[in-house]
Amino acid sequence: MPEPLSSDGAISPAGAGGAMDLAMAEGASLEKAPGGPQGTGPAGRPRSLWSDAWRDLRRNPVFIISGLIIVFLVVISLWPSLIASGDPLQADLDDAQKGSGPGHPFGYDPQGRDVYTRVVHGTRTSVTVGVCATLGVALLGSVLGGLAGFFGGWWDSVLSRITDVFFGIPVVLGGLVFLSVVTSSTVWPVVGFIVLLGWPQIARIARGSVITAKQNDYVQAARALGASNSRMMLRHITPNAVAPVIVVATIALGTYIALEATLSYLGVGLKPPAVSWGIDISDASPYIRNAPHMLLWPAGALAVTVLAFIMLGDAVRDALDPKLR
Amino acid sequence: MLLEVRDLHVEFHTREGVAKAVNGVNYSVAEGETLAVLGESGSGKSVTAQAVMGILDMPPGKISGGEILFKDRDLLKLKPEERRRVRGQEMAMIFQDALSSLNPVMTVGEQLGEMFTVHRGMSRKDARTRSVELMDRVRIPAAKERVGNYPHQFSGGMRQRIMIAMAMALEPSLIIADEPTTALDVTVQAQVMDLLAELQRELNMGLILITHDLGVVADVADKIAVMYAGRIVETSPVHDIYQAPAHPYTKGLLRSIPRLDRKGRELYAIRGLPPNLLHIPPGCAFHPRCPMAQDVCRTDVPPLYRVSDGRRSACHFWKETLDAR
Repeated sequence: MPEPLSSDGAISPAGAGGAMDLAMAEGASLEKAPGGPQGTGPAGRPRSLWSDAWRDLRRNPVFIISGLIIVFLVVISLWPSLIASGDPLQADLDDAQKGSGPGHPFGYDPQGRDVYTRVVHGTRTSVTVGVCATLGVALLGSVLGGLAGFFGGWWDSVLSRITDVFFGIPVVLGGLVFLSVVTSSTVWPVVGFIVLLGWPQIARIARGSVITAKQNDYVQAARALGASNSRMMLRHITPNAVAPVIVVATIALGTYIALEATLSYLGVGLKPPAVSWGIDISDASPYIRNAPHMLLWPAGALAVTVLAFIMLGDAVRDALDPKLR
Repeated sequence: MLLEVRDLHVEFHTREGVAKAVNGVNYSVAEGETLAVLGESGSGKSVTAQAVMGILDMPPGKISGGEILFKDRDLLKLKPEERRRVRGQEMAMIFQDALSSLNPVMTVGEQLGEMFTVHRGMSRKDARTRSVELMDRVRIPAAKERVGNYPHQFSGGMRQRIMIAMAMALEPSLIIADEPTTALDVTVQAQVMDLLAELQRELNMGLILITHDLGVVADVADKIAVMYAGRIVETSPVHDIYQAPAHPYTKGLLRSIPRLDRKGRELYAIRGLPPNLLHIPPGCAFHPRCPMAQDVCRTDVPPLYRVSDGRRSACHFWKETLDAR
């Protein structure tokens, strides 16, 4: 078999000289277009996933509108007296169920309290419950789910079965059972209950995205170059697995606010004298025919708030999920 | 001897049964030497390398026998933490697809620099300087400007250079390159191979080059090990094997390379399919596909016959194979 392999001709065509020329050519073309294959940014400026997402978000009207609403809600939940100087608990039965009048644009509730003041002060409750419950759920869920996804084995099996059990609990029924024994009028029992029931949802998503990220070649490559478990988790897996958790948590924040109102409406969430839109809706519902304003204002505030967070979640998902782009 | 793999056995426990991926592999690499491991998909070449690196997924994988001697220490007897310290510092691995082997959310400078900050305890600033030096060394144009770029901003060849730079960072004594050029354009393949060979000479490293491309091997390898169904079927100094293969499988591989002087004629193909690792044929695993198979091949597993100095062939009819060219 003379010359059994004509590799020089057919397979590796470039000799040493040719290789150098090609290296130069490749380098030159790179310098001209350093923006890379996507090439949307100003030439040569490195872009990360997060700066890319931020650029997308800034141009998205849905994000701008929902973001402005949320900033407004957060500001008035921190300083409600900025726009409502009255006392949400001050009641005068003479004013009960009255419509709007000067200085009282939303009228009075069945106890003769100012609806406008109560709606404004109720924001703090909703935002606190939403933010705290979401933080708790996201932390607990992503730590437990993330570890299960990374290590697998028996811990993963146990955790998956536990999440199955929690998914089987009807939320409202669970709330009626757990919260009816609580007498505190603070937001914490409600937050605790939502965290208890909400973490399996995030845990499942975190587990899934960690498993996906773990299988990436770069995690294997990092391992082959001597990275430790904790380094692989923190540097290589977490940044690549956190996006779905953020998206779901943002959308969940809106639903948790609605859940607090639902539970308060049913009388097991927040309890008077706490100020909550759910309580106000509940108080006003018997009078819906005679004095609908007492119900419509807190219900409207609730709807706008929930909608704003869900819209924000949608916008964030669009920005973080490259497949939709 | 730098690395000596002795009678290595690796199994995968699956639902369908035990897949015997590696069945008694022996090979060795000295300082400054290049061993090319050739074989089809599923021949066990990558699994052997993963076992050497200690990045085999266990379970489902299991090393069921053998020794991996690296600088006279049996790696299989080291504790996980000691083993991790060997990776990156003393041996490193380069993967097939450099885009997926680099973390998309970290700049290449961060990823290169980590090798120094984590393993050598350097400051971030020093690590960055070293990263630029490394990028220069693997001939990335304008390294200083590009050190802050993300992997997707580089071309395929440049990304593979960065992977090579990461593997070389701590000047290990052994590099395993798992199909380092398969994902690249033919024009870039030669440059990357040249670079790898040059760095290997400079640092006097051992190199294990895993490939299924005989053309890549011819120029850079010192010796070749051909694998089939988890066994080494032929080992040889590189030139002898191209002149006169001593195993029918090697012969089939060489004949199935497209050649310019046979343009227009039908391309040879080894008939049949690689064996199912769950049911490896008895006797010589290659016998169902072998044009020379006799009764003895169906019953007796061929040992590695000595053909000449440095040459071994696991074929009962190696003499006939040599003569029949």
